[in-house]
Amino acid sequence: MTITSESVSTVSARVDGTEIEIPEGATVLDACRQAGADIPTLCYGPTMTAANACRVCVVEIEGSRTLVPSCSRKLEDGMEITTGSDRARHSRRLVMELLGSASELDRAGERLDRWMTEAGAQPERFGAPGPESPREAPAPGHHHPADPKFAATVAEPAKVEDDLYVRDYGRCILCYRCVDACGVEHQNTFAIAVAGRGFDARISTEFDVILPDSACVYCGNCIAVCPTGALAGKIEWDMREAGTWDESSQEVTRTVCSYCGVGCNLDLHTQDGRIVSVTSPHDHDVTLGNLCIKGRFGWMYVSSGRGV
Amino acid sequence: MDIRALLAGPTDVERAAVDDLLGPPESGWEGGHFTGLDGHVAYGGHAARERRNLLLPALHAVQDAAGSVSKGALGYISERLTVPPAEAYGVATFYALINTGSRSQTLIHVCDDIVCARNGADELKRSLEHELGPPGAIDPGRSWTPSPCLGQCDRAPAALIHSAGAGYRNLAPVEAAALTNLDFEELPTGLIHQGREELRLLHRIGHVDPESLDSYRSSGGYAGLAKTIDMGREGLIAALDQSGLKGRGGAAFPIGIKWRGVADAQDDVKFVIANGDESEPGTFKDRILMEGDPFAVIEAMTIAGFATGATRGFAYVRGEYPVAERRLVHAIDEARKAGLLGPDVAGAGFEFEIEVRRGAGAYICGEETALFASIEGERGEPRQKPPFPTEKGVFAKPTSVNNIETLVAVLAVLEMGAAEFAAVGTERSTGPKLFCISGDVTRPGLYEVPFGTSLRQLMTLAGGVRDGAGVGAVLVGGAAGSFVDAGNLDMELTFEGSAAAQTGLGSGAVIVFDDTTDFGPVLRRIAQFFRDESCGQCVPCRIGTVRQEESLARLTADRPLGGIAEERQRLEDLARVMTDASICGLGQTAASAVQSAFRLGLPGVAR
Amino acid sequence: MFGAGGGTSSYQEMEDTDLIVMWGSNAREAHPIFFHHVLKAINRGARMFAVDPRRTSTAAWADVWLGIDVGSDIALSNTLAWEIIKSDLYHEHFVAHATSSFDEYVESVEHWTLERGQEVTGVPADAIKQLAHEYATAPTAQLCWTLGITEHHNATDNVLALINLALLCGHVGRYGSGVVPIRGQNNVQGGGDMGALPNRLPGFQLVADPDLRGKFEKAWGTTIPHRPGKHISLMHEAMDEGELRALYVIGENPLQSEADAQQMERRLTGLDFMVVQDLFLTATAEIADVVLPAAGWGEVEGTFTSSERRVQRVRRAIDPPGEARDDLELMSMVARAMGHDWPTPTAEEAWDELRSLSPIHGGMAYERLDESGGLQWPCPTEDHPGTLFLHGRLWEEETGPKAPFSVVDWVPPVDALSEEFPLRLTTGRRLDSYNTGVQSGRYPSPRRIHGVLDLSPEDAEALGVHGGELVRVVSRRGNLEAPVRLDRSLRPGLAFMAVHFPDDTDVNQLTIDAWDPKSGTAEFKATAVRIETLVST
Repeated sequence: MTITSESVSTVSARVDGTEIEIPEGATVLDACRQAGADIPTLCYGPTMTAANACRVCVVEIEGSRTLVPSCSRKLEDGMEITTGSDRARHSRRLVMELLGSASELDRAGERLDRWMTEAGAQPERFGAPGPESPREAPAPGHHHPADPKFAATVAEPAKVEDDLYVRDYGRCILCYRCVDACGVEHQNTFAIAVAGRGFDARISTEFDVILPDSACVYCGNCIAVCPTGALAGKIEWDMREAGTWDESSQEVTRTVCSYCGVGCNLDLHTQDGRIVSVTSPHDHDVTLGNLCIKGRFGWMYVSSGRGV
Repeated sequence: MDIRALLAGPTDVERAAVDDLLGPPESGWEGGHFTGLDGHVAYGGHAARERRNLLLPALHAVQDAAGSVSKGALGYISERLTVPPAEAYGVATFYALINTGSRSQTLIHVCDDIVCARNGADELKRSLEHELGPPGAIDPGRSWTPSPCLGQCDRAPAALIHSAGAGYRNLAPVEAAALTNLDFEELPTGLIHQGREELRLLHRIGHVDPESLDSYRSSGGYAGLAKTIDMGREGLIAALDQSGLKGRGGAAFPIGIKWRGVADAQDDVKFVIANGDESEPGTFKDRILMEGDPFAVIEAMTIAGFATGATRGFAYVRGEYPVAERRLVHAIDEARKAGLLGPDVAGAGFEFEIEVRRGAGAYICGEETALFASIEGERGEPRQKPPFPTEKGVFAKPTSVNNIETLVAVLAVLEMGAAEFAAVGTERSTGPKLFCISGDVTRPGLYEVPFGTSLRQLMTLAGGVRDGAGVGAVLVGGAAGSFVDAGNLDMELTFEGSAAAQTGLGSGAVIVFDDTTDFGPVLRRIAQFFRDESCGQCVPCRIGTVRQEESLARLTADRPLGGIAEERQRLEDLARVMTDASICGLGQTAASAVQSAFRLGLPGVAR
Repeated sequence: MFGAGGGTSSYQEMEDTDLIVMWGSNAREAHPIFFHHVLKAINRGARMFAVDPRRTSTAAWADVWLGIDVGSDIALSNTLAWEIIKSDLYHEHFVAHATSSFDEYVESVEHWTLERGQEVTGVPADAIKQLAHEYATAPTAQLCWTLGITEHHNATDNVLALINLALLCGHVGRYGSGVVPIRGQNNVQGGGDMGALPNRLPGFQLVADPDLRGKFEKAWGTTIPHRPGKHISLMHEAMDEGELRALYVIGENPLQSEADAQQMERRLTGLDFMVVQDLFLTATAEIADVVLPAAGWGEVEGTFTSSERRVQRVRRAIDPPGEARDDLELMSMVARAMGHDWPTPTAEEAWDELRSLSPIHGGMAYERLDESGGLQWPCPTEDHPGTLFLHGRLWEEETGPKAPFSVVDWVPPVDALSEEFPLRLTTGRRLDSYNTGVQSGRYPSPRRIHGVLDLSPEDAEALGVHGGELVRVVSRRGNLEAPVRLDRSLRPGLAFMAVHFPDDTDVNQLTIDAWDPKSGTAEFKATAVRIETLVST
């Protein structure tokens, strides 16, 4: 790469034997990707501080007792990084197996499918998935004894509480992205948080009140960062349930919101000549992928069958 | 912050509990009565949000007074502290000692962890179930719930009783009758036992009045601070280096390096934390120190403040230790009155203040970064290191976290002199060390011995295996430690010796199991413990601890999935990912005891 | 300001500034993503002050909220100025180097002591003092406002009073410091850019300037009247006087959006001829002589200019319904029907013509807009990167024309409170809704609060009404019925209604059309009302 400004200092490290030079402040993940290593990530979102939770991006760094989450570790000069060691591959595979054994991942996208296939992940090896259970408010520090017949899951009925959102927490991997997006990273509304502890930890409003009774402002910035389809706009969720959602036939058109004068960029996703969902580009500095309720849902007047 | 508060208001009792802690609200915007002035001005913003660290104390206040935290109380706390209700709920539901549902006037926590289980906990649970119904059954008067280790293993079985409006009381050993009439004396501080040498860490316990500063001073108390002030910061840290003192909480990090790290950090604000969140099953040494010698903890923290340049300290005390908390609070008040805390400590021209914070039933909060989160009013979730606490600790400020025993050992260094301290023990493990022996021994209790004492010698001090039985195995280091079998009892109790025996000293817990033990239920209880205590943040630990428990359940029920070998492989795979990829020490050690049991082929787990 | 009609600063600067004053702006609800940038600053440690009669969700984030009485903004501004001058905290170098009329300004604020400020605004003197000192001493500071400043009969004076403060403290023309009117509509900035102002041609070029006019006349092959046109309030007057007889309304719903709706209805129905071009058959369209069905957002190409002067592409994603047509096409068709030989240009062709005539847009080719994610004017040439903040010249050796202080006097709202009309009603937006609800009423928002009258709990108690109870709200011009909603953000004596539900609760039945002679904006924010309980029989 060309360093154009003298003020940008760089650090160098080795990734799988390849020398890498990269501007200071970069993460180990940045270095690995620059070196061409395909490191899986799930909880990592480029517009947010790394949550460090899923551990699917771990790599081996010489001198470190444990594996290191590449998404959050700042690259240091002289680091020796190994992405494909047996140890690192084992942990990455196990993390995906564990996630797949506890949560429904069928809407997590083809990238995860590919990573799991490549790693040879077999979530079913932990036993038959346990049934749906009410996950609200078990006492922290207590759980029902393990059932030898099942692998416990987070399965629970989808929460459909209004006309805009569906919270389908059987698909949740507790990556914290929605909580961080609703919270200090973007929206600062703090309508949802992680409640409970351990395997019983879950995304929750205060006292599990339904979303319309919470502080939620329906910006949908949680939906925008959910990696597994646990949070979805209701139109999309309904179409997926009905089997009519067809991403391959959709077109995406970049435009600007029709409401206030801030100038948020919108991507209009259209299928069969109708808008089916609206998102905002994560790499645009006005929104960083965020919108308000009007931007994300207020477009419905366009296809509301207006009669003029 | 634009908080949308819950509609319900607090009850009078809840409001009074919060106001007692925080003072009356300063305006209508904070939950008080609206005045004309409130219509024209409101102060909030950064100053209001900085009060978040009072969240756990406020939850405790309501829990103590009302027995649980209702919607109205949570809403009021949120308003008072400018904390979003969803986040306050997330914090409240993180802790086992905070109830967010309905509850009885009195709640009895009965320890059924591995030590109490060998001392009649099962019978106790059966009798409670017979009398009060299953755990969680709500009777207006009393109900009960099983609990992880309560740190009373020297006098098992143990219970912790909480009555709304009357606080917590420990009871051990428990007679079932006492739980019926709830009429019992407060416990004296636990049993301590002398080793072969003169006591250096425990010498005041039982001999000084833990509630009297005069008594403490007349037995040499505060001589260490005076000496420190004479030596100066550099002199003290050099002496600590020379003493070879390493942290006693489990990580064995040299204290001189840690304190110098904080002293050298460039920041106006620094903190010292005494980690009294002792929760490792089988461990009770810090409880005995805090209960029996609270001024020593305060003096040592003050010395830490002097050494590091920190002006503020937190003593974080396990929520299950009400006596320790009360005595520390009292000791701080006395020290402050005597000018030994405050803006000009002992007239030496430095400032230091200490605040006691109570844990609320979360093993993970003993992990230093989780402890920071807990103090800050967040869920007790560990943080990735680096940055290390000496650089970015509590409130993102340079922080020294020290175990209680380590702090007391600093006083021993000052009393003995660094060279003499270093002469005790081995070259790499210097000084006296506390061990908590429990389980199947004749005289369970706290023992101070020089580093280098063998496991066999220690067990001999405790009177050997009780009832003349043989040794099945010894769990060294608590639930996070490893089993040592009868063939390894000559292992030297040092950092290096334990490592050679594929275990670790951890917190100094030594739990003895006799040769009649079926280790199946022991391992299942350990696996259950880790599943219960996992914070839930990282996948290897959150789901790995569940899968480990399920696998053990299948093995011990003789229903292995795909055969015993496959089940064992699965457990090993889980152990690897938890050890290699978890964020913190909890997940990294969650498979340690289980794997060591398999390695040793202990009865009940390895057919 | 100072000749260019746009906010001085970029959103990026919001994140990096040291202090933000949100004055008469509930951006948390009305401009949520702008507020994201403010929140980034706050979370980084920046201070925030809110000046607003209501303690809005924006004000709830402030370190200090100053709850002024409606319409006392100039009193507050002048008090702040005097406190800053008296305490010797103003930016002496900047004032001497880059401004004019300072002495007159000092003289005009001299009697605005903290005591007088408190008396007129209702805000405690120590809070005013705190804002004065923090704003003046902050290394960088942003002063942001919206309709709380501009929907008053003295809107322009309000704005000038705020600009005075920025000049006084040197908080303009530098990275991180500026004055920012946040735009309420997607392209209200773009409308100004395009010359949709009575006295300006595209690119803010003055109609009165013969050279500039000549440039456009040459390009357009026509003569341009040299007199400025009428702003909206002058149009209303002209309708009243019978001078204005026909109206072509594009994308507006004046029957419901203008103050004093009864009078507005008389005006519109009194016209000889009205054409409405809109996406919907709005209330105004229903009384029009001709309605032209327009294609709307999502169906057309073009550009919008945002509050940070950033021009961005708007694109077509779906086909317009039925006979609806692009505005460009409709206007060309009208022109052709009137006998002019206008082709129908593409959006890009129209834009390129603009670029050839408006120097500030000159470098903004579509291709560049596509690549960059938008460019901020001025951007005169194709190698110009666009402009992050305006008026940097004021800090240079050669400042060019000095920035003048303006002497502005405080005058209370026109619609005075009295025994008969004791409550101050103010208006505004809610998070999920927009203007008269033509667009925002068509999606199922779980947060929708339909037409209600918000009252302080104290006033509700004094009136003996409870939440949900229907009451009559009466002003000097009209009345309406609305259910009561209790709102803690209001103090006694202050009531609030949103503007979004004209079909149920048409707040403009109550408002006054006293308007600002300079900008033509009506005083939507200050109506005197009384509440009458409805006795159920």
